[in-house]
Amino acid sequence: MRRSSCVLIILSVLLAGCFSGRHSRGDSIKIQGAGSTFINPLMQKWVHEFGALEPSIKIDYQSIGSGGAIKQVKERTIQFGATDVAMSDEDLRSAPGELLHIPVILGAVVLTYNLESVKENLRFSPETIADIFLGKISRWDDERIRADNPYVEFPPVELTVVHRSDGSGTSAVFTNYLAKVSPEWKEKVGEGTSPAWPVGLGGKGNEGVTGQVKQTPNTIGYVELAYAVKNKLPVAQIRNSAGNFITPDFRTVSNAAAESVDIAPADLRFTITNAKGADAYPISSYVFVLIYKDQQQRNLGDALVDFLVWSLNDGQKNAQPLLYAPLPAEMVRRSTAKLAEVNFQGESLLASHSGEGK
Amino acid sequence: MAAKPSKILTGDNVFSTVLMLCAASVLLIAVSMVIVMTESSWLSIREFGLGFLVGQVWDPVKGEFGALPFIWGTIMSSLLALVIAVPLSIAVAVFLVEQAPKSVARPLGFLVELLAAIPSVVYGLWAIFVLAPILRVHVQPALQAVLGWLPFFQGTITGIGMLTGGVVLAIMITPIITAVTRDVLEAVPVTQREASLALGATKWETTRIVLSNASSGIAGAVILGLGRAIGETMAVTMVIGNRPQISVSLFDPAYSIASVIANEYTEATGDLYLSALTEMGLILFIVTFGVTALAKLLIMSVANRNTPRH
Repeated sequence: MRRSSCVLIILSVLLAGCFSGRHSRGDSIKIQGAGSTFINPLMQKWVHEFGALEPSIKIDYQSIGSGGAIKQVKERTIQFGATDVAMSDEDLRSAPGELLHIPVILGAVVLTYNLESVKENLRFSPETIADIFLGKISRWDDERIRADNPYVEFPPVELTVVHRSDGSGTSAVFTNYLAKVSPEWKEKVGEGTSPAWPVGLGGKGNEGVTGQVKQTPNTIGYVELAYAVKNKLPVAQIRNSAGNFITPDFRTVSNAAAESVDIAPADLRFTITNAKGADAYPISSYVFVLIYKDQQQRNLGDALVDFLVWSLNDGQKNAQPLLYAPLPAEMVRRSTAKLAEVNFQGESLLASHSGEGK
Repeated sequence: MAAKPSKILTGDNVFSTVLMLCAASVLLIAVSMVIVMTESSWLSIREFGLGFLVGQVWDPVKGEFGALPFIWGTIMSSLLALVIAVPLSIAVAVFLVEQAPKSVARPLGFLVELLAAIPSVVYGLWAIFVLAPILRVHVQPALQAVLGWLPFFQGTITGIGMLTGGVVLAIMITPIITAVTRDVLEAVPVTQREASLALGATKWETTRIVLSNASSGIAGAVILGLGRAIGETMAVTMVIGNRPQISVSLFDPAYSIASVIANEYTEATGDLYLSALTEMGLILFIVTFGVTALAKLLIMSVANRNTPRH
C-alpha cells in the first residue's frame, strides 16, 4: 500500500514536471544549423547568448565543415548553413530554392614560419608568396625574400612549405588570394578547398600545420588569424595592393572589408582578398550564412531572422574576444538589407520582425 | 521423459537460428557496403574507368582524380610498419611467455594491452610532437650518413613523411600483434616444451619449436596488425606529409587512402569529387580484402607444409 502511494507520488511529480516544462517553453522552436568549423566557437557563443535572450528558440549548430553545410542546405535537412566560401553558380542552380548569402563575420589567413635565427617579423610581397608556394623559391636566402626584408640576415637553408591537407575554407581563401595576385598560380593551380599543391608537406587542420611548422625548422605555412594569435605564432606582414606591409589584426581585417563594400555585388557572393585601401590586410574573408529566401514555415523563418539580426548587431560584440573581426557598419547594413528579402509567402520576415517592435 | 528431448531440440533450434542470423548479418553488412559504395562511386567509375587506378594526378580544382599514389602510400606504409613491428612483437611475446618471471610478465602484459587501447589521434599528436623531431634530429641524419647511397634514404630531412608514418603505424600495431602472439604461445601445450627440454634442447631451440608450432596463430596476429595498419587514418595523416606522389625515398612525404578520405570528405563539393572519394573507399575495401585473403592463403600453405612433420 505504501509502495503504491509512493509510486503514485513520483508519477504525479514526473507528470507535473512534463506538463509545466512543456507549458513554460510554450511553442518551442527548434532551429538546426551546420557548417563552417572556422565560425564554430563564435556560433556556439551566439547560440548560447541568444538562447538566454529568447529561451523559446532552440538553435543547434554542428560544425561539419562548409562543404557539408552546402550539401545539407541543398537537401533541406538544416534551416541554415555557414560557409567560408560562397556557393558556386552550379551549386546554387541545383538547390531546390533560392539561397541567400548573408555575410556575418570576418576572418583572415596569416603566414607563419619557423626560422630560428631570425627574430624580426618577416615581410612578404604577393609575388614572393606565390613563388614560394609554387616551389620556385626553395631557399630562405633567395634574393626575392631578401628584397622584401633588406635588414634581415637569412641563413643559407632550404625552405619547406607546409599547407593544409584537409579540405578547408582557409585553403580556399588563401588560394583565392594567390590566384588574384599571380596569373601563374591561377593557371597552374587555381583556387579551392583542396587544391593540388605544387610543393610541400600537408598538415591536418590548423593544429596539424602549426605542429609541423613549430616542429620543423625552416618551414613556412598558413593558418587562420585567430589560431595564430591564440598560439602566439610569428606572423608575417604582407604587402597589400596599396604597397604597404600590413600586420594582420582585427582592425586591418575590418578595414579590408570596409574598403571593399563598394565592390559587393547584389547577391553579396564576393571575396575581399587583395582589397584596396592603405591599411587593409590582403588575405581577409567573410563567413556567410546560407538561408532560403522563401521560408516554408512562418515560425521557423521568424526565429531564424531574429537570430541573424541579433548576431549582425549585438552579436558582433562577441567577435573580438573570440579573435574574429567584426563587420564594418556599412556591411551590417548590406547584410541586414539582404536579410529583408527572406520572406514567408511574399511577406518579408524582417519587416514583420521590426513591426513587432522586438 | 518423452517431452524432454523435444524441449531441448526446440531450444537448440532457436539457438542455432539466432546464431545463423547473427552470422548472416556480417555477410549482409559487407555486401551492402560494397553495393552502396559502388553505387555512390558510379559517377567516378564511369568517368575514369580503370584509369582511376593508375592515374597519378589528384586535383580536385580541375576535376582530375587518380588513385595510384594513395594505393602506393597505403601499401608501402603498412609494409614498412610490418617490417618493424613483426620481429619486435614476436620478441616481446616470446619474452613474456618463455623468459620473464611472472612478476614481470603480468604488469608488462597489462601494459601491452593498455597500449593497444590508446586512441589513434593520441598516437598521431604524440608522433608530431615527439616522434617526428626525434627522427629528424637523430635517426634520419644517421640513416642518410650510413645508408645514403640507397634510394630509400635520400632527399630532404623534415621528420615528416613515409618513414615517420611507417614507424608510428609500427608502434600502433605492435601491442596488437604482441598480445595475440602471447596468447597463441601460451596455448602451445607445456608438454611440448618439457619434451623438448627433456631431449636436451636448449631454451633457444625449445623456443624455436614452440614458435613453429604456433606459426599459423602468429600469422593470424600479423594479419590483424596489418588490417589495422591499412585502415589507420588519424595517426598516419598527422605525420605522413599528405602529398600524393610515388617516391621510393622513405624521407619524402606520401599519402594514404584512408587519410585522403578523412582529409577531404567534409569539404568536398561537387558530385564527381565526392564520387571519386567514395571510390577511394571502395578501393581501400578491396585492398584490405585482397591483402587479408592473400595472407590467409599464405598461412594455409605454411600450415599445410608444417602438418606432416607432426
